[in-house]
Amino acid sequence: MEPIIALENVSFSYKINETHEVSVLKDVSFSIFPGEYVAIIGHNGSGKSTLSKHLNGLLTPGSGDVWVRGHNTKDASRKLDIRKAVGMVFQHPDNQIVATIVEEDVAFGLENIGVPREEMKQKIDEALEVVKMSEFRKRPPHHLSGGQKQRVAIAGVLAMQPDCIVFDESTSMLDTFGRNEVLQVMRKMNTMGMTIITVTHRMSEAAEADRIIVVEDGKIVMDGKPRDIFKHKEVLMELQLDIPAVSQIAEMVHIQIPNFSKELIQEEELINEIKRVSKARSGEVV
Amino acid sequence: MRGKPIIEIENLFHTYMKGTPMEHVALKGTNMVVNEGECIAIIGHTGSGKSTLIQHFNGLIRPDSGKVIIDGIDLSKKRIDIKALRRNVGLVFQNPEDQIFEKLIGDDISYGPFKLGLPIKEVRERVKWAMNMVGLNFEEMKDRQTFALSGGQKRKVALAGILALKPKILVLDEPTAGLDPKSRNELLDKIKSLNKIENLTVIFVSHNMEEVAYLADRVYVMANGKDVLSGTPIDIFTDKEKLQRYQIGTPETVQALYRLKDLGYNVDTSAFTISEAADEIIKVLTNGEVENHGK
Repeated sequence: MEPIIALENVSFSYKINETHEVSVLKDVSFSIFPGEYVAIIGHNGSGKSTLSKHLNGLLTPGSGDVWVRGHNTKDASRKLDIRKAVGMVFQHPDNQIVATIVEEDVAFGLENIGVPREEMKQKIDEALEVVKMSEFRKRPPHHLSGGQKQRVAIAGVLAMQPDCIVFDESTSMLDTFGRNEVLQVMRKMNTMGMTIITVTHRMSEAAEADRIIVVEDGKIVMDGKPRDIFKHKEVLMELQLDIPAVSQIAEMVHIQIPNFSKELIQEEELINEIKRVSKARSGEVV
Repeated sequence: MRGKPIIEIENLFHTYMKGTPMEHVALKGTNMVVNEGECIAIIGHTGSGKSTLIQHFNGLIRPDSGKVIIDGIDLSKKRIDIKALRRNVGLVFQNPEDQIFEKLIGDDISYGPFKLGLPIKEVRERVKWAMNMVGLNFEEMKDRQTFALSGGQKRKVALAGILALKPKILVLDEPTAGLDPKSRNELLDKIKSLNKIENLTVIFVSHNMEEVAYLADRVYVMANGKDVLSGTPIDIFTDKEKLQRYQIGTPETVQALYRLKDLGYNVDTSAFTISEAADEIIKVLTNGEVENHGK
């Protein structure tokens, strides 16, 4: 299968003053394939946000290449194709909300690519429905709370119907319910075939993905299935990361009750394991 | 024993864009009392009025009606000593971009202390202390440009800028959003020691229930522009009916324990920490065995 995004030996530096620059990405290569659900994790300053901004050409590599649907992100004439293919939702919704009314904000991107009026209305309706913001469509966005604004921003990207959406710490400002809603939306879009890339600090959120990429000091240090990644607790702790609460609980229970699996990463699995062990234990006695 | 009230809010109302078609009532009769030295969490669904409420604490928003008394200053009066108020109440916004404006980190953090008219030596000491408090290395970071920082680092710079003012009351809007697990835990410990050791009054808005459980002495729950519930974290997180009604999340641990309880397991849902939750599960699994022995 052709990758939707491919990074080849990507390096990138920020200039911090006249004489110094900080090298943020160092020879990074990986590919994202259609339909994948990928979480990118790494501590603050590890380079993961810079990395995510390379995925739709917001930043272009100092050296190396990023290919989106076969277009090089350095090729300015392909910018529109690239942005249409890969949408981006940021951490701070204020940075991406432009209009004075919610529905106009969602319409902004569609207007730019010249979508006909009727089609536009339908797309806006659908997008606002998915993020559960329909009742706010006539409200000015600047008086919404952070979580509501974020959902409007997501609707704006959703309405463009890209092949892939990159969420750059997009749930970090949301409350538990807002976050769960967005996570459900992400999962739903993924099962419908959309490629999802999420940059997150919440390990339980990364555990929802099919693949985790761990970034440290501008390099990819781990890349694999969540269950395999979270086996390496010591390495993750050294990288200033963690394992999900569920995994920590499972580990502690396992020490006392050896046949209780320690390799759990999602709440559902924890509940099922408790059911299993509890049944097995009563079985033993009877 | 806690000290005397330092913040008193009574029947507070606030309306945005009053008299326009876009009029929106954000606060509808909120009450709150914070005592000196307390650590208070404000939680609530998005749009419940949390951010509007805390902007009253340092006079960014003045009350439409109702009483707001902050450290003896009555904000409903027309003429107040706003400088004294802002000196005593440090407010850290949700978006660090909103309060970082200097090019270099050191300049940004020292801006406030300079404005207080402090001598340069003291300013330098305060900046050093504040950067240390948030876990930024003074020598390494002071001359770095602020725009090239990651989101989490910006958050630390914004907090350091406020701490350098040495406020009596620290108000934080989502203090750990965007921080990695290690930075988050470090910052929570720092806030805890500022509160417990330096006796700073801390009020924070959070959607992260793990940190509410870890930090707060008391919790206020906001819904629809009003305080609808208050109590200790244990009071709040064990009241399942109210959690449901006001759509309050719980720490991940409590969430899993509630599911077990619903399945008929005899667990204590006030187990917040990871090890408490693990103990509850171990208890259930081993108790089951004992019970069955008896049959």
